[in-house]
This record gives sequence, C-alpha cells and structure tokens, in this order.
Amino acid sequence: MKDTRRFPRFDRVERTIHWSNATLFLILLFTGAALYVGPLSTFVGHRHAVKTVHVYAGLLLPIPVLLGLLLPAGRQFRRDLRRVNRWSDDDRRWWLPSFHKRAVLGKFNPGQKLNAIFIGASIVVMLATGSIMRWFEHFSDSQRTGATFVHDWTFLALCFVIAGHILFAFSDFDSLRSMVRGWVPEKWARQERPLWWAELDAAMSAGASGDVEAGADQRVGEAGIGAGEVAVGDAVHGGAPNGVGGREL
Amino acid sequence: MTDSDASGVGKPVGRRVFLGLVGLGAAGIVFGARVQDWLERTTAPVIDKAGGGIGSFLPLGRFRFYTVTGGFPHRDPSEYTLKVSGLVDRPFTLSYDQLLAMPPTTLKKDFQCVTGWRVLNVDWKGVKLADLLDRAGVKPNAKALRFTSFDGLYTESLTLDQARRDDVIVAYELENAPVSSDHGGPVRLYVAPMYGYKSCKWLDGIEVVDEVIPGYWENLGYDVDGWVGKSNGRDDDPTS
Repeated sequence: MKDTRRFPRFDRVERTIHWSNATLFLILLFTGAALYVGPLSTFVGHRHAVKTVHVYAGLLLPIPVLLGLLLPAGRQFRRDLRRVNRWSDDDRRWWLPSFHKRAVLGKFNPGQKLNAIFIGASIVVMLATGSIMRWFEHFSDSQRTGATFVHDWTFLALCFVIAGHILFAFSDFDSLRSMVRGWVPEKWARQERPLWWAELDAAMSAGASGDVEAGADQRVGEAGIGAGEVAVGDAVHGGAPNGVGGREL
Repeated sequence: MTDSDASGVGKPVGRRVFLGLVGLGAAGIVFGARVQDWLERTTAPVIDKAGGGIGSFLPLGRFRFYTVTGGFPHRDPSEYTLKVSGLVDRPFTLSYDQLLAMPPTTLKKDFQCVTGWRVLNVDWKGVKLADLLDRAGVKPNAKALRFTSFDGLYTESLTLDQARRDDVIVAYELENAPVSSDHGGPVRLYVAPMYGYKSCKWLDGIEVVDEVIPGYWENLGYDVDGWVGKSNGRDDDPTS
C-alpha cells in the first residue's frame, strides 16, 4: 500500500473557487483586451456589449473567494490560505537557483504561493480601480487617470502571471490534475511536497482519515478530504485526532 | 517535520506581500496621473501614436479606438463623398479627390479624450472647415452645424463661430498617412481645442442649421461646448 495511496489536495469547494475564478479572469482578460488593445478592439467591435460583460464579470469576481472565506464549507480553503501566508526558510531560499532543488516544501511551492497572493491582491485592486473607471463621476480627474493607470498596468502584469501559471501547471501534470480530480498520487506528494506528505501520512497512519485510501476516489473531495484535513491540522498541533476545537488557527 | 507551512511556523510573508500590493494599487490611484504623464512624455518619441504595432499593448500615448456602433465602418476613398447642405447658397457634394484638391492645412496638436487619455503632438492634415463653409455660402440666419457619420448613428454639432476657427479641420491625414478606418477615415473632423468626441469620425455630411442640435454623446450627458480643460468637469491642459 505504501506509495500508492491517493492524497487529497483540493476539496470540492476549493476546486469550485479555483475554476469560477479562472473562468471570470479569462472572461475579464479577453473582454478587457478587446476594450484596450487597439487592433483587437477594431476587430471585435461591439464596444458597448463588451463593456457590459466586462463590468458584470468584474463585479462577480470577488464572490467565489468571499464565499470561500465566509461559508463553513470553505474550511479547507481558509486552511490553505494560511499555508500560503506562512513562508518557511526553505520557501524563501527556494527562489535561489543554487538552493531550488534542495528546498523541502509543504503543500504549495513558493511560486504557487506568490501566484495566489498576487491574484488575491489583483482582485482587490482591479475591483477598486475598475469601479472608479465605471463610476468616474464621483471621482476627480486625477483619481480617474490614476485608476486607469493602475488598471492598465495590472492587466498587463496579470497577462504574464496567468500565462505563467498555466504554463507551469501543464509542466506538472499531477499537480494540475489535483485541481480537477482533487487528489495527487502519494509518490508525487512524497517527492515534491515532503512536509505535506509527512502531515498527511501521519494523519492517515493514525487512522483518523480512513476515508482517504487508494480506490476511494469517489469520496475524495467530499467528507473524506474535510475529515482528513481536520485530522491533519489537529495532528500537527498535537490535538485530539477527532477534536472539534483548536483547528482554526 | 514541525516546520509545516500550516502550523503557524514561518513568517507571514503572504499577508505582507498582499497588503504591499494593495497599498501599491492605492498609491497608484493617488499618484498614477503624475507617473502616467511622465511616462508619456518620456516615451512619446518612440511610441507609434496611431496605435498600431507592439505599442498597442502599452497604455501609453496612443489612440484608443471607440465606435458607438457594433463595428468599424469602412468606406473606400473611391466611393467616399462629403455632402455640405442646409442653410447655404450653394450646397455641394465633394469626392475624396476633390477634397484633397482644396488648399490644405496642417496642424500639430494634442488629442485629448474625455475619458482621460491624451496623445501628444499628433500631425493632422486636412481642409479648414471655414473654407468649406465659404465655398457653400452660409445664409444669414444660420447659427450652427450638424455633422453626420456614415456609421449611420453618430452625430456632432458646432456653432458657426466654433466651426470657423483655424484649428478646426476636415482631416484626411493623421501622422502623415491617410486616416485609416479605425481612426474614422477616410475623412473625419478634427476639432483641436475640444475633447475627442467633438471630432466626428467617418464624416459624410455637414448640414448648416439655425440652432445647435446636440450630438450623440451630448444627448448622453457630455457638454455641447466640449472645450478641453473647461468642460465635462475636467481640468486638462488646453490642446489648442
């Protein structure tokens, strides 16, 4: 059984947040480009309709993340945000080419962490600047120009960041598939994310996550992952395996 | 193995970077106008102002193309006509070649959009609107002009006094090339001292009338007298 287990990585809520976010971002990037890149805007035309789609997609953009932050079902999403927040020494040294391969990583690599942080901040910044551009009559010329300036350059940065995110995703199929089916093979977890592997391995060995086993994939992403993650969190903190308290850090 | 990234060990780098980026965005709203101004002046010599090429991806000193209809209308110069009619003694219709045969005027002026972007030192060439009016002979009771576009929807207006200014032309060249259809070609209006919406694109009709009839955007709230820096609640530097 060793090395053949399925390790739950993203629960259904996280995957839903990710793909709703991805869909909205792509709609926004394409409609934004059609409004902004001269030759493209002449090709697409229909400026008023494109603008309407862009504004509504933009207003929807924070919703998936907010629901994940606020709803009880977003427990693992919030746990993973805390992982994204915390950077170990190895996380910081991972950026050095000389240390890159030797870094011992947790659930996410630092590139993924930075991507998540950048996307999160972009949602706030693009929503604020986009709102100033849309409801400009309430702001001064200077604020309107400033907001347009920030919106334009953040758009360009997002094009590169999202293109990079997609390229890196396709260079690591196990990681990419975990955003679709929810789990990674144990081998990947042990080789690529040893700290996270150790957490889950300990939790599984303790029997607290009986749902998470090879062959039980239909349960992955539902109760299985939630239970597994709760148990892991508690195990790390030395709490009771099935304890209710103490897991919200 | 206690160095887990979920265990609270490790520095909260994520929060710092997140707040830093949001702070940068806020600073950009406050100071961005100044930075943009500086960037545009610095890059002006190397940017393709007409808005093509790689520069079309950069938010700097170049035209952005707006249309109020679904697409960008195209009319070949060989089929183009400009009609001058209304309260005039000698209404006429000019072909593209006949327009180009009239005495030309060149201008080098900024183009300022009411949404905020500005293109510096744009080269324009065309015929003074005043020359066209003189050719037609304006009747004494005339007060204003109404412009129509062959996009079938856009309209604009000017008073006769505004129209007779030396910096108001019917343009057929932009940046030393024929005005492309994206820019409103083959022939468009260029009202140098006013915001871009006054410079009717795809111009095909000039009607002399006895009162100002507000144009397309003016019916949607823009000022009829669209002087740069003195209208629409904006304080941009004058363009002419």
